[in-house]
Amino acid sequence: MAVALILLLVAIGSVLFHIYSPWWWTPIATNWAYIDHTINITFWITGFVFVAVIAFMAYCVFRFHHKEGRRADYNPENKRLEWWLSVGTGVGVAAMLAPGLVVWHQFVTVPADATEVEVMGQQWQWSFRLPGKDGRLGTSDVRNIASDNPMGLNRDDAHAQDDVVIESGELHLQVGKPVKVLLRSVDVLHDFYVPEFRAKMDMVPGMVTYFWMTPIRTGTFDVLCAELCGAAHYQMRAKVIVDEEGEYHAWLDQQKTFAELSPAKAVVKATYQSGGK
Amino acid sequence: MSAVILFLTVLAVIAGWWLSQQRLTAKPWLEEGPAGDFPGGDAMAWPAAKVGLGVFLAVASALFVLFISAYSMRMSVVDWRPLPVPRLLWVNTGVLVLSSVALQWSYVAARRHDTEGVIIGLLAGGASAVIFLAGQLLAWQRLGAAGYFVASNPANSFFYLLTAVHGLHLTGGLVALGRTSAKMWRGAEIAEMRLSVELCAIYWHFLLLVWLVLLGLLTGWTDDFVNICRQLLS
Amino acid sequence: MVDIPYEGIRGIPPAEVPDVELYHPRSWWTRYVFSQDAKVIAIQYSLTATAIGLVALVLSWLMRLQLGFPGTFSFIDANQYLQFITMHGMIMVIYLLTALFLGGFGNYLIPLMVGARDMVFPYVNMLSYWVYLLAVLVLASTFFVPGGPTGAGWTLYPPQAILSGTPGQDWGIILMMSSLILFIIGFTMGGLNYVVTVLQARTRGMTLMRLPLTVWGIFTATVMALLAFPALFVASVMLLLDRLLGTSFFMPSLVEMGTLSKYGGGSPLLFQHLFWFFGHPEVYIVALPAFGIVSDLISTHARKNIFGYRMMVWAIVAIGALSFIVWAHHMYVSGMFPQFGYFFATTTLIIAIPTAIKVYNWVLTLWRGDIHLTVPMLFALGFIITFVNGGLTGLFLGNVVVDVPLSDTMFVVAHFHMVMGVAPIMVVLGAIYHWYPKVTGRMLNEALGKFHFWVTFLGAYLIFFPMHYLGLLGVPRRYFELGDATFIPSSAHSLNAFISVVALTVGFSQLVFLFNLAWSLFKGEASGGNPWRATTLEWQTPETPPGHGNWGKELPVVYRWAYDYSVPGAAEDFIPQNQPPRATQLVQGAAS
Repeated sequence: MAVALILLLVAIGSVLFHIYSPWWWTPIATNWAYIDHTINITFWITGFVFVAVIAFMAYCVFRFHHKEGRRADYNPENKRLEWWLSVGTGVGVAAMLAPGLVVWHQFVTVPADATEVEVMGQQWQWSFRLPGKDGRLGTSDVRNIASDNPMGLNRDDAHAQDDVVIESGELHLQVGKPVKVLLRSVDVLHDFYVPEFRAKMDMVPGMVTYFWMTPIRTGTFDVLCAELCGAAHYQMRAKVIVDEEGEYHAWLDQQKTFAELSPAKAVVKATYQSGGK
Repeated sequence: MSAVILFLTVLAVIAGWWLSQQRLTAKPWLEEGPAGDFPGGDAMAWPAAKVGLGVFLAVASALFVLFISAYSMRMSVVDWRPLPVPRLLWVNTGVLVLSSVALQWSYVAARRHDTEGVIIGLLAGGASAVIFLAGQLLAWQRLGAAGYFVASNPANSFFYLLTAVHGLHLTGGLVALGRTSAKMWRGAEIAEMRLSVELCAIYWHFLLLVWLVLLGLLTGWTDDFVNICRQLLS
Repeated sequence: MVDIPYEGIRGIPPAEVPDVELYHPRSWWTRYVFSQDAKVIAIQYSLTATAIGLVALVLSWLMRLQLGFPGTFSFIDANQYLQFITMHGMIMVIYLLTALFLGGFGNYLIPLMVGARDMVFPYVNMLSYWVYLLAVLVLASTFFVPGGPTGAGWTLYPPQAILSGTPGQDWGIILMMSSLILFIIGFTMGGLNYVVTVLQARTRGMTLMRLPLTVWGIFTATVMALLAFPALFVASVMLLLDRLLGTSFFMPSLVEMGTLSKYGGGSPLLFQHLFWFFGHPEVYIVALPAFGIVSDLISTHARKNIFGYRMMVWAIVAIGALSFIVWAHHMYVSGMFPQFGYFFATTTLIIAIPTAIKVYNWVLTLWRGDIHLTVPMLFALGFIITFVNGGLTGLFLGNVVVDVPLSDTMFVVAHFHMVMGVAPIMVVLGAIYHWYPKVTGRMLNEALGKFHFWVTFLGAYLIFFPMHYLGLLGVPRRYFELGDATFIPSSAHSLNAFISVVALTVGFSQLVFLFNLAWSLFKGEASGGNPWRATTLEWQTPETPPGHGNWGKELPVVYRWAYDYSVPGAAEDFIPQNQPPRATQLVQGAAS
């Protein structure tokens, strides 16, 4: 029976495609292997249901397709069967949901020793900021944004002066150190997306969002924008480079702080203004 | 969004109560037989137009509740500066109450087959509704003259938006009221018009209720209530 | 079967409707154009929705050309690409599927299936169509205004939707909002009709539990739509004011193209909450009518009652209610309060249970059936496969932490196309093959129909199943071109090209269907009144196509549920709903 066979082949073909397809997730670079495990659990459960339902359907089409003289059964319902199926489904759903919620709990619980890194999105480029020697990021406001202050840092905030501002589009992170990535946008929605990190979050103008992770291997990774942000959305790129400790510090030493970057004139002007008041 | 969830819960309770009257646990394949042997086959006792109005009021309520939800979420941002509510609004509220009373009068008159009373009620209700709308426009004009423009603060924006949406609903009601009055004027049978008059009165009471809620919101009376709701949520 | 004592049977006088209550067309204009007959309005809705849907189909071809062969087609630039995806999505979800299921199938089937002469408010029903047409025209006009249609994505997220970095910022977005507002007003008029007709105009004996599942699906979806569309209305009005008057409902302080904008303090997340409060129920507004219709297709063509009718009804109601408290699962990575994730993941996965029950009951209906592999049945089988596939991938995206890596990738695109694109379209096509004989009096050509089915079903599966794996790989959605990213192998580009070729093939095969529709209208085999030997009332009309007023002089009286197929002992393998028990009493008595 051709129809039944084709239906069955769709199910079998899907499973074979899943097993042999060359397209699979990128090698993970952070601690979020838990997420991959949860996806795998989900694949097993849903894959089983998919094959079971379609195989059953194909069998019915094969076995009960119309022949001369066939008459269907009269069978309005079977309470017991329906309850068993519901309970079975409930168990399967719980088996996917429970690990998902546990991992979500880890995802939203930032460890205390995580260092902060700020990522700022604007149409259509990325800027990064690291806390300076004081270990704290200074405050910022979109109203402060100017050509010599692209991230809109607050000049009156002492914590901001030693912040490391990176406009080159290359962020370095240290392997094995948990980071809390603070996300900010100055114009529209963006999303800091590195496929190998698994974690991502939208950047919303007017608020600061975050996620955390621990890089577990060194390498250079592409940063993409994953929330539609206008005409050049697809070109909004940057790089994240995960280094060993020594290389990381060598890189960090070359970066300029906010105070170093700002022309002296502007600082004087700012001091004058605040002093004048 | 807590206001919306609350509203939907109320609707769900009503729908659940109605469905519980409909014998949804019956086994229909065992119930072969003529109409009348099985309850639940009949339509509601209400006429279709009245049910239709009821459904429409649920939709309109959803609309206003969503606006109110948006209002309560937006007002928690620091840039919110409540605007002084013009005194005129209290006069307008009084006029709208009169309008509602007039239509109720008209409905009572329709039940007593008092054609003259119906016409007087309809005209009085319509006229006072028009006065209310004019009063709202005047309130806008005064606010504008005092420098409270629509875009200068979110509180202003919501004030203009909510009053406009309410006014548009009332304008729509005036069209229905006008048609009813015209039919009465041309001497339609009062028995035929009773339903139309009743529907107008129901709609007017609904809009009065909505206006009182909005007024409470705009004057800040419901701030405390909203705060309690927000605390419950968080 | 015969628990009911028959002594109680009386001659029930059929309800007669006095002539004056009926609206009567007097001229060609009021019969075919400004008609108040629900059947004509249904056809008007269907034709308009199909016409604008074809525009969206062509847009998808253009998108696929760009994605499959980037750099080849110089007439598509990045701005246009965004405009194509936006208009494609908006048209397909709202102007095609919502309008076709509720305005098209709802108008045609509700009065016939519940045994009414027409909708309860025919004039409002007519207005509903004309407002819908106006909304479609306003939408279509955006292709011709300066700057073109909006390219904000169908979700229209501010601030991006109304800022200058997005194509269509000046005219396109304004007209889009206006069109949505018109659509919602028009839909509300129609929706009031569908709900009140089911509530108040059922014929004698038509209890709720005797309604066909098609009516249950459309009815529940309409109730949901009436309550969900106001959220889109509110969001559209406020966004329009932000754009036109410079208010700051959704707009925070921001820098627009290097200069500080006039906006301040607004919340982009507020828009997302409102949008998805509409947007998630919208998924079920499309799915529930499809659930209902496919139940009836399977039951009729397998000659067997739908398995677990009561469970099916409860599941529809449960899904409808639950779908209002899952909206934020579209916002797991939006930056909203993270603790919401637990609640919305739980509610979202719970909704899988009633949905799964419906799937089980469809395949269990096939068990020990007498399966006629007609074209509608084939489409129903195709629906089950694509819906199960798309529903199961929904469990990935609904499970909050799994959504984090997959959101905004091609996995999402593949998922929602499978579950609310391909699956409902399978039902739409199956339903057209099923009810075309009632609408026109002629059968559609079966050979062409089978060709159409296999190309559409297998092709659509080949498009969207592999696409999930591009998403797993990490390929983001809404990208004009992927450029050089180290994690994307060249084989992914080959897969994209393959998908594009299949998409074009499937798209063009729809011409066969359009040809079949036109050719069969004149040359199709005459169908008679009930070619599928179905039980429901629409097949029992005195005339085919049903005449004005549907039922001649007397309304039908309903004596049984909608699924009396292959009743043991009955002479035929179906008993129409309006057939009195007396005629079958003896044989049934013998059987029990």
